[in-house]
Amino acid sequence: MKLFLENAAYFGVFISLASYYIGTLLRKKINFALFNPLLVSIVLIIVFLKVFNINHVAYLRSNEIFTYLLTPATICLAIPLYEQFELLKHNYKAVLLGIASGIVASLGSVLVLCILFKMGHENFVTLLPKSLTNAIGMEVSRELGGYPSATVSAIIITGVFGNIVAEAACRWFRFKSPIAKGVAIGSAAHAMGTSKALEMGQVEGAMGSLSIVVSGLLTVIAAGFVANVY
Amino acid sequence: MKHLFQFLIIIVFSFIGEFLHHFIPLPIPACIYGIVIMFLCLELHIVPLSAVKETGDFLVKIMPIMFVPAAVGLLSVWDSIADKWFEYLVICLVTTLIVMFISGKVTDWVLKK
Repeated sequence: MKLFLENAAYFGVFISLASYYIGTLLRKKINFALFNPLLVSIVLIIVFLKVFNINHVAYLRSNEIFTYLLTPATICLAIPLYEQFELLKHNYKAVLLGIASGIVASLGSVLVLCILFKMGHENFVTLLPKSLTNAIGMEVSRELGGYPSATVSAIIITGVFGNIVAEAACRWFRFKSPIAKGVAIGSAAHAMGTSKALEMGQVEGAMGSLSIVVSGLLTVIAAGFVANVY
Repeated sequence: MKHLFQFLIIIVFSFIGEFLHHFIPLPIPACIYGIVIMFLCLELHIVPLSAVKETGDFLVKIMPIMFVPAAVGLLSVWDSIADKWFEYLVICLVTTLIVMFISGKVTDWVLKK
């Protein structure tokens, strides 16, 4: 049975979809940030794999279709961006300054915390690209002499946390405009956070999408300079 | 036919992104080239919105599920941070909140002026 489950083509996709669906149902019943569909489904799947002693590599292999679709889906973020472009043009100063301040905040806070925790240069450059989308983050990390796999871990932790905390953070920090919410979520937690922003609204989603692109590209340049500081 | 055509167009953008990523020696992934080029094609009316809209919206709507295996993939790379996992966790959580706070507040503040 275990062997069958590890080799079945649809089993992994089935438990991904089912656990995520359970997550959305729970969320509807219990309005509490920790009952986040993404977090609930991750926990359910990890527990399931451990209990039935199923190799997670087999699970991941069966889910390759999702990895495959992630690039086309991310590219389609151009659609909300295009639909909200008028609004963006009107507010370009606020949006660009918001994204720029996010980059400075990200690099600066990683620097300060790494010094505080005495993390060393390699871990510092590993963590620098943590707010970026996976593919950029790994490349930046490799180029600066960090550990790409550890960067992936940091990016996943950041994205999942950003997705969980996004709505609550917008309330705590009293953001007024949906533009500010989108910029904040996209700058801090890349596409994983932006998928939550898209659920919050069209404007939030579009601003999140823009932040992924602009902050991704500018951080590549900025990280190269900051890397030499510590 | 509409969905088939839209999926074709989206895959063409993905392939263009892949092509540029392969031939331009910059650490920029296919999806970033893809977003920029699809956006420009829409904005310059090279490709009408109707050529990507429904299928694109569908892909964007189901995107959260694509992050589930990506996140479970943490199991595969956990060893890379195992001896410093607590520091990594704290730094990731704290900086995420700091970035959200500052970028959101700055945006709100400039909007108000």
